[in-house]
Amino acid sequence: MFGEIFVEVNVVNKPKKQYVAMKGTKDGLTLHLDDTCSYDELLKELDEKLAINETDEQDGPFIAVRLHVGNRYLTHEQEERLRAIIRAKKNLVVDSIESNVMTKQEALEWKRKNEIVSVAKIVRSGQVLHVKGDLLLIGDVNPGGTVIASGNIFIMGALRGIAHAGYDGNRQAIIAASIMKPTQLRISDVMNRAPDYRTDEGNEMECAYIDENDQIVVDRLQLLTHLRPNLTRLERSF
Amino acid sequence: MGEAIVITSGKGGVGKTTTTANLGTALALLGKRVCLVDTDIGLRNLDVIMGLENRIIYDLVDVVEGRCAVQKALVKDKRFDDLLYLLPAAQTSDKSAVTPEQMKQLIDELKQDYDYVLIDCPAGIEQGYKNAVAGADQAIVVTTPDVSAVRDADRIIGLLEKEENIRPPRLIINRIRSHMVKNHDMLDIDEIVMHLSIDLLGIIADDDNVIKASNNGEPIVLDPNSKASLAYRNIARRLLGESVPLLSLEDEENKGLLAKIKKFFGVRS
Repeated sequence: MFGEIFVEVNVVNKPKKQYVAMKGTKDGLTLHLDDTCSYDELLKELDEKLAINETDEQDGPFIAVRLHVGNRYLTHEQEERLRAIIRAKKNLVVDSIESNVMTKQEALEWKRKNEIVSVAKIVRSGQVLHVKGDLLLIGDVNPGGTVIASGNIFIMGALRGIAHAGYDGNRQAIIAASIMKPTQLRISDVMNRAPDYRTDEGNEMECAYIDENDQIVVDRLQLLTHLRPNLTRLERSF
Repeated sequence: MGEAIVITSGKGGVGKTTTTANLGTALALLGKRVCLVDTDIGLRNLDVIMGLENRIIYDLVDVVEGRCAVQKALVKDKRFDDLLYLLPAAQTSDKSAVTPEQMKQLIDELKQDYDYVLIDCPAGIEQGYKNAVAGADQAIVVTTPDVSAVRDADRIIGLLEKEENIRPPRLIINRIRSHMVKNHDMLDIDEIVMHLSIDLLGIIADDDNVIKASNNGEPIVLDPNSKASLAYRNIARRLLGESVPLLSLEDEENKGLLAKIKKFFGVRS
């Protein structure tokens, strides 16, 4: 009984803080959601705010909504409930939900995906080297050996076996080798094999990528600057 | 405490058994106590090449299964006074008759009595290979200048590198035909060594006398005039830690006068 009264008083006396701030931009609507209040309170206020601002036009254009949730971590279910509330209002479509925080697991996964894994060894016949992220191999891949990476593959040695870059479906991935004499090249789901005749010229400092015709082409390493500008990760300019 | 060296190749027919017989004999010639162990159970050959087939009474499987003591199964090579012994493989069982643990125990026991225990490995990478490498401290990979033999050597080196108790393997290139290498019809030595990137222990030129000697049960090493014999003796000296330069593959007798003059003046032909 006492507790009930106490809660009543508290709610009445405390000046109401705005948990949801709306901003209209030319791209649509941006909602800044407070990250200190409870999730339930947030949902309640979001629902009320949107109800007030609901337009009467039944078939106006769709408005993209971007949510900024600050330092609040949302589980998948929580995100879905937010989306459901917004979707229930007419003309509103959730474009993105941005949060400043992620779980440790997600962060590690993200780090692994973007890391360059360096390995110093010779991948011999029958051996398979599989890494997440980019692979920097300091050594050779001998015939019958295989290297696989979800990102790019850089080989500071001779590639004489099989290399598979972009294993998880990244078609932008490339394969570069000091000596490019592979039996097979694979990038994402595209495959290319060595010609049946043996050539001895060239094959030094080359890279392989998927071109606009969905074919793997091998070319000079220097062309990568234009083909894949994203490969440069140096943030300072020089 | 001696050293156990496994001689392996992956591919069959490249000369593992011949190499084992000749290296063992060469080490005995240098005054070391050597025991050869044939682990090719079911397809034993080492005794034939050593010319000891008719003296076999007990074999490796008998020892492992406790039917006799190791000393009783060892066949003594009479050409060497108490220096060279052979532990023959069984011909009636197969590779599954022995486990790697039993082999390790056996090799450890032999290492007490001998300076070198040379283990002749069967072809392949299955049970027989696993048995052969179980007790080894060192490994020698034998290959020939064929693409397929080099490919299998590469595979075997990869497997040997995973063994924690074995030092990095070393390479012997067998049956090199100098005229084919010169015409680029065969892989050359530099190409093979670069490809496999392990230390080269020695090269042996193809020599018909090796086959003749093996058929007579007399390892070629015992013939001091053969080039292959010298190559094996050099490898044995390298195993003992000496630094011996590689033999030249060129046949001196077949060379013309001009080539000899060129060589005299240091001009490379």
